Amino acid sequence: MDMTLPAVNWLSVLPTLLLSVTGMLALFWDIWMKDDERSLLGWLSLTGIVVTALCSWLLWGQNDVESFSGMFALDAYAVFFHLVFCLVAGLTVLMSLTYLETAEIRHGEYYALILFATVGMTVMAAATDLILIFLGLETMSIAVYVLAGIWRQHLTSHEAALKYFLLGAFASGFLLYGIALIYGATGSVQLGPIAEHVGAQGSSPLLLIGMGLLIVGFGFKVAAVPFHVWTPDVYQGSPTTVTAFMAVGVKAAAFAAFARIFLHTLGAVHTDWQGILWVVAALTMTVGNITALVQHNIKRMLAYSSIAHAGYLLVAMVAGKELGGAALMYYLVAYGLMNLGAFGVVVAVGRKGEPHEELDDYAGLGFRHPALGMAMTVFMLSLTGVPPLVGFTGKFYIFSAAVQAGYIWLAIIGVLNSVVSAYYYIRVVVNMYMREGEAIVELPSLRSALGAAILIAAIGTVLMGVFPSASMSWAGASFLSLG
Amino acid sequence: MDQYVPVLIALILGGVVALVMTFASTMLGVKTHSAVKDEPFECGNPPSGSAWGRFSVKFYLAAILFIVFDVEVVFLYPWAVVFRQLGLFGFIAMLLFVLVLVVGLVYEVKKGGLEST
Repeated sequence: MDMTLPAVNWLSVLPTLLLSVTGMLALFWDIWMKDDERSLLGWLSLTGIVVTALCSWLLWGQNDVESFSGMFALDAYAVFFHLVFCLVAGLTVLMSLTYLETAEIRHGEYYALILFATVGMTVMAAATDLILIFLGLETMSIAVYVLAGIWRQHLTSHEAALKYFLLGAFASGFLLYGIALIYGATGSVQLGPIAEHVGAQGSSPLLLIGMGLLIVGFGFKVAAVPFHVWTPDVYQGSPTTVTAFMAVGVKAAAFAAFARIFLHTLGAVHTDWQGILWVVAALTMTVGNITALVQHNIKRMLAYSSIAHAGYLLVAMVAGKELGGAALMYYLVAYGLMNLGAFGVVVAVGRKGEPHEELDDYAGLGFRHPALGMAMTVFMLSLTGVPPLVGFTGKFYIFSAAVQAGYIWLAIIGVLNSVVSAYYYIRVVVNMYMREGEAIVELPSLRSALGAAILIAAIGTVLMGVFPSASMSWAGASFLSLG
Repeated sequence: MDQYVPVLIALILGGVVALVMTFASTMLGVKTHSAVKDEPFECGNPPSGSAWGRFSVKFYLAAILFIVFDVEVVFLYPWAVVFRQLGLFGFIAMLLFVLVLVVGLVYEVKKGGLEST
């Protein structure tokens, strides 16, 4: 019997391997570690993440590093997302170093789980095989299910974990069924052969149902309406840093795979799925923004805001082509920076035993803590889409891509939604500067890991907004690597 | 359909063996009855009762740990069959795979996952 071993290019999985090894080291070290040394795990994770980011950076643009019989490709597109995930995970770990103390979460597994979830994300972004994408999705999801419930003292955290797990497992079923049907329609689970088949034969009823099921599966992960009902409860109940990680990391990973499959592999039949995504995008923006208007809990408000932002990102998907793809990737970075920053401020305002998550808790914050108030103002204005911050340039790229692709009404709905969203974002700012704070709460010094995370996010939000062209052309080049 | 004939034969053979074993043990075996022995499962959780009843989470843990090592065996068997053809590459690959599982095992032992009380 003769066997051909697959040609393995280890370079293409190097970032993923580095993250896995760091995760296992963190898990191992935790067993022998004393309770008061836990923050060392955070620094270890951070080192691993930074090394991974550097490594990915060096591998950018080496398009030929495809490996594992065409199941895995570390093309520029994947590297771009690797860097996004490293940014998200890095900022989350920085925030967690402070947060785990205040929230009294003493499980060393926390950092290992963050790393394992990031491993899953990198696999999702680089996989060129539907089964492998599913595997990455599950690796990520299972770690995040556990993270959602890691706040053992709080019942809401248990509830969040269980809700997320049950609905997530259900959504995974849809995704897997979609993969099976697409396999039935095209005879392959690898993206290359699927694209060839679809390009030559066009669509078939089986393929249509498969695509629909994929949209349901990914729609759940990115929290698109009508698959969003889990979002508010899960985001509110989970530990704040995990919420930030979910809102940004999980969404970015899902969009990485979503865009690779739909914009590239199924690009030939885009007329078949654009219509349905148009409706989903319009609904997601509208429902997210309108419901956010009446929220009093800041985490719940940010949850609905994250639904609304999923809607904007879906507009970029509908616009498609080079411009839409690049706008999608740019906006994911933008959204990551400003949203992580906002959650960082939420972490900073929380105290031991008193999370301070109500909007009223922000009254007078701008005077009690000018730096924190300033940072929150920047993030809120950026989320609204006020120039010259990154939220504005991101939305500008998305809506201009939509207009150029002929989706003028979708762009109009998006802009109207941005106007609506101004109400609830600016309300936070109004609370901070125009109301007297009832109680003077002592706030933590920002000369900590948390402060560094907020600072990085704020600088990124401003810089990327003022100088958008460099990162935009980089996103464009990365998207084009899909071919 | 010719290539499925061996599958059919295996299916029939499996059925016959199972039937023969069941009947042979009923015919030839010595029987003693007691309340405990007549239960469907001699150990573990009572097999019937209210669905709302609580049971120890340890059972769940045992089930999960079983899956991990069950899956490991699923991979080890075919690997052992083609071990020679795979050569050094296959050996190192499997070593890495087992190493990852060992990390899990050590973690589990240290966390007390294998203690039955």
